[in-house]
Amino acid sequence: MTDTFRIALAGNPNTGKSTLFNALTGLKQHTGNWAGKTVSLAEGTFKHRSKQYRFIDLPGTYSIFSNSADEEVARNYIVFEKPDLTLVVVDATSLERNLNLALQILEMTKNVVICINLMDEAEKRGITINERLLARRLGVPVIKLSARNRAGIPLLLDTIDRIVSGKIACEPVQIKYDGEIEARIASLEPFVKQVVDDRISSRWIALRLLDGDESLLKELNTRLKTKEETVCNQS
Amino acid sequence: MQSELAGRSGDLNQLYERAQQIASPNLRDKIVQKLYQESKQLCEDSVSFGKAERDKHTEKLDAIFTSPIWGFPIMIIMLGIVFYLTIAGANVPSDMIASFFGWLEGHITSLFQLMNAPDWLHGLLVLGLYRGTTWVISVMLPPMAIFFPTFALLENYGYLPRVAFNMDRVFKKVGAHGKQSLTMAMGFGCNAAAMLSSRIIESPRERMLAILTNNFVPCNGRWGTLIVLASLFMAAGYTGGAKSLVTTAVIVGIVLVGILVTFLVSWILSKTALKGVPTHYTLELPPYRRPKFWETVIRSSLQRSLSVLVRAVKVAAPAGILTWVLANVNAGDQSILLHIVHFLDPFGQMLGLDGYILMAFLVGLPANEIVLPILIMGYLSTGAMTEVDNLGDLKQIFVSHGWTWLTALNMMLFSLLHFPCGTTLVNIYKETKSAKWTFLSFIIPTAIAILVTFAVAQIARLAA
Repeated sequence: MTDTFRIALAGNPNTGKSTLFNALTGLKQHTGNWAGKTVSLAEGTFKHRSKQYRFIDLPGTYSIFSNSADEEVARNYIVFEKPDLTLVVVDATSLERNLNLALQILEMTKNVVICINLMDEAEKRGITINERLLARRLGVPVIKLSARNRAGIPLLLDTIDRIVSGKIACEPVQIKYDGEIEARIASLEPFVKQVVDDRISSRWIALRLLDGDESLLKELNTRLKTKEETVCNQS
Repeated sequence: MQSELAGRSGDLNQLYERAQQIASPNLRDKIVQKLYQESKQLCEDSVSFGKAERDKHTEKLDAIFTSPIWGFPIMIIMLGIVFYLTIAGANVPSDMIASFFGWLEGHITSLFQLMNAPDWLHGLLVLGLYRGTTWVISVMLPPMAIFFPTFALLENYGYLPRVAFNMDRVFKKVGAHGKQSLTMAMGFGCNAAAMLSSRIIESPRERMLAILTNNFVPCNGRWGTLIVLASLFMAAGYTGGAKSLVTTAVIVGIVLVGILVTFLVSWILSKTALKGVPTHYTLELPPYRRPKFWETVIRSSLQRSLSVLVRAVKVAAPAGILTWVLANVNAGDQSILLHIVHFLDPFGQMLGLDGYILMAFLVGLPANEIVLPILIMGYLSTGAMTEVDNLGDLKQIFVSHGWTWLTALNMMLFSLLHFPCGTTLVNIYKETKSAKWTFLSFIIPTAIAILVTFAVAQIARLAA
């Protein structure tokens, strides 16, 4: 028997996300149209060590504060469709800007691998990156890649395999905000836990509600409703 | 069951309200700031730069192209160079194509006579359809064949994102989103396409600003009109190189007026109907790259110039027939066209225009490309049927209908500021799903076009 694991690819535009996607899935891909959205996600399959993987290429975004349609699609997929693993592709030549998105995703979901892509270009410019230190600080595996030369892909696949089979545990870093914000999150979080099921980070929901994320509220309302309706229908 | 459902989502809404009560207004800023701090710290600790630390070439160029002092003058000069090349280069081929079509028309007419074809058929097909479409081709093809490749070269070199960067500062000041500079740049090509590109703007408020003001930059359907009128009337006293230079200056001026109006309307709307503060965003400036010259030129000529032309011809053909029918079917003692023209004329005169011009803009609603051809057909249908073999003949037609430099200027202004074309309106409705905003995007530009042309006409007449 083979298991199928779903792996989402997130990242800024122009980071070679699609190059990695193509390198991983080859020609075994099709474009899926997701209900209610005109934005389409590409999907592809891959087999590695008797495990079946389905890769989902999310729209490239700079942040995931869910303001625009593409950011909403990416956020909803990560939070509500709950992939088994999310790969965040970052650009080695502008790591600082790219890490913003990575940090935001680490707040939303547990199983994350940071892929530092375009390493070949970075090396040409004399940039060196200490990925072990980054991995320690971020609490998730960090892997250097050059997707266009397929460099680093075996290590990535190996890491994916070890995460989905539970041999590596991800402990994504949670950003500590200033005391005031932390106090508010703490006061809100218990109530969030009562309403939202525990597979979604209550800390993250509390933070988004504090930030006034109405689109998330709407999404939560409809998702909760459909869920309960299914429960009702079954009973 | 129902009450339980309501209860659950009710809880969530209550939770949201509770969160909003305790949230502070600058929370988002603090979150974003913290994210940036963390990223910065992480990079300081884990990334080290070797010798070839930075892209010096790009940095040096950016210091000039996006400088607060030089950014705008360089932009205007670049715009000027593109237009100068377009105007100076298009003149001769335009005349050549026009005289070729004129020569061909003579032969087609003889063919019709040879076959004893009825007059109305000749009128409909040759004077309506043929003239309408060939005019669009000879007036529009040469400028487009120069304008688009030049523009594409600038784009591929990486200059356009810098333009967006410069504009971004101003857009923020008037309460709009910086990305509006990108949709505006898109509008120079096609306003209808720019409506779709406005999707990149997150907040609905700022997106609406971009949609409502996009029309104030001339799309390629209007370049033809602007270039022809400017070269015929605005540089009348000059010859040779100076003539192209003056024409260029006038067109750059017109474009600047359009951009100014964009800012002004964005500012007024963001203070009234669309109140709010602009949101922050990251604009990526890619490195400058030497474009693949021939590939860019060929690709943009084929894709953009040809596709625009095909569209223009498609719309121009039926409009040519319609205009001919209007001009040749009589209701009472005069043609339908003249009825419309006489009805519109008093209002047109007030705006420094005339009834024919307003009629052309109305019939030209489906596409701006055909406004000028319709106008010419309108004039020709009432005057003596002269052959139009070159631009000089064209000027004679205008002058014999009482045109002065003021008529030309006001027609250019009206073309710049008036209602968006039919395709754009359809796209606005598709994007906003709102009849109200679609109507506003029709009425705001129209009102401004009427006001501006009225004011210019009155001032010019007082001064004269």
